Amino acid sequence: MANIKKSPWVLHYDGSSCNGCDIEVLACLTPVYDAERLGIINTGDPMQADIFLITGGINSQNEETVRQLYEQMPRPKVVVAVGVCACTGGVFKDCYNIKGGVDTVIPVDVYVPGCAARPQAIIDGLAQGIEIFQERLDEHRAKKKNEKSAKGVSA
Amino acid sequence: MGKRSVIPYGPQHPVLPEPIHLDLVIEDERVMEAIPSIGFIHRGLESLVEKRDFNQMTYVVERTCGICSFGHGMGYCETMERIFDVEIPDRAKFLRTIWFELSRMHSHLLWLGLLADGFGFENLFYQCWRIREKVLDLQEMTCGGRVIFSVNTIGGVLKDMTSEHMQIILKTMDEIEQELKTIQKTFFEDYTVLSRLKGVGIMPKEKINELGCVGPFARASGVAVDMRKLGYAAYPMIDFEPVVSEDCDSYARCYVRLMEIYQSIDIIRQAIAKIPSETDLVTPVKGNPNGEAFVRLEQPRGEAFYYAKASGKPNLERMRVRTPTFANIAGLCEMLKNTELSDVGLLIITIDPCISCTER
Repeated sequence: MANIKKSPWVLHYDGSSCNGCDIEVLACLTPVYDAERLGIINTGDPMQADIFLITGGINSQNEETVRQLYEQMPRPKVVVAVGVCACTGGVFKDCYNIKGGVDTVIPVDVYVPGCAARPQAIIDGLAQGIEIFQERLDEHRAKKKNEKSAKGVSA
Repeated sequence: MGKRSVIPYGPQHPVLPEPIHLDLVIEDERVMEAIPSIGFIHRGLESLVEKRDFNQMTYVVERTCGICSFGHGMGYCETMERIFDVEIPDRAKFLRTIWFELSRMHSHLLWLGLLADGFGFENLFYQCWRIREKVLDLQEMTCGGRVIFSVNTIGGVLKDMTSEHMQIILKTMDEIEQELKTIQKTFFEDYTVLSRLKGVGIMPKEKINELGCVGPFARASGVAVDMRKLGYAAYPMIDFEPVVSEDCDSYARCYVRLMEIYQSIDIIRQAIAKIPSETDLVTPVKGNPNGEAFVRLEQPRGEAFYYAKASGKPNLERMRVRTPTFANIAGLCEMLKNTELSDVGLLIITIDPCISCTER
């Protein structure tokens, strides 16, 4: 965590969870657990978000919504799947309308298990997500720099 | 007549904790009509009865909704107890009542916070959730889970509370009551809060009856419906009256829910005073269920209805849950007519929507 230079913003979307994880995600942001000390703000706008925090599995109706939200987020981006339903489909895996975990639609970077996931686990997942985000940001910048210098040489 | 246009609202929206989609037909800034479309969280939970036996279903039904999880588990167990025709031990009845009221408190405190967030009062939101954490700590202490307890079983409860637990609960109730009094002032007297709540989203009593709305939404419009008066668990042995307001607006909904937290504190105190000391917590049930039954419960959001049909096999034939928000969505669409577009987010919150329950 020591090398964190940025404050990533979180977009929270409730896939098809039972709400248990959603209220724990909100509980993370409130004074007792206070994820905001990591610089995290819960934003409602996918265009400004860096980390996509998704609870619940994927069903036929929300599949397109999840994909759209993911595509609207600017690069680099990190996906954190919270709760066992978001990881694999969980207790609802055998339901006719559940396709499985979030990774059936979008690539997932961090899996946070639990039913419901505890706030401590969610904050840990977010902290790992922030590290991955920082790595990707550094990679992205190095690539841009290389491209720029390559252009400079050719010119 | 102004120009008509349609604004899609949701499923992902900053003010909505859960996905619901509304098509708002607006004329200038006024909402003329709201057309809901649901199904974003539909899982097909009821169909799991074909794959899980009736004991396993207890844990599936608890995951209908994480906020009113205890109530759902209890509703299912009461239905099965009626099919088996067993009476649960008295102590289990009181324990169920205490846990149910604790979950009602945490649900209402959560709602008060979301309401404050809905009108942009971030600090008040944090205060409500800070108090709510105390209730969650009690739940964790007595059942081991913060939001999903899994203490219900067919025929009783799985865990007991010790007398130390009850002392801690009573002490925390006193603290919560004190802290609620400080935030109550802001909800009931603050100028900015009142200007967002008073007279907004009027829902007359006739409309409530016509559309069959339930719970605090109906009680805020002067309809005194409270399923706890039907007398399940230990409620017949407890003295309480439904909280009713005649104002019919958003302020009344806030008032009813806040007062219900005090009521829950009172019910918990009465239940702890009257709880019998037994060691038996479960009446065992034998064999497979046969027959059908239904139960009505008062969830934090209103009346919930559970139905189960069994035919002597481990798997039930049919299981159905009708949840309070499903009944209230019709009322919401009626209430949204002729309101300002800027109030829509707040008004959706005032019915306390629980979409996970509704769509299952």
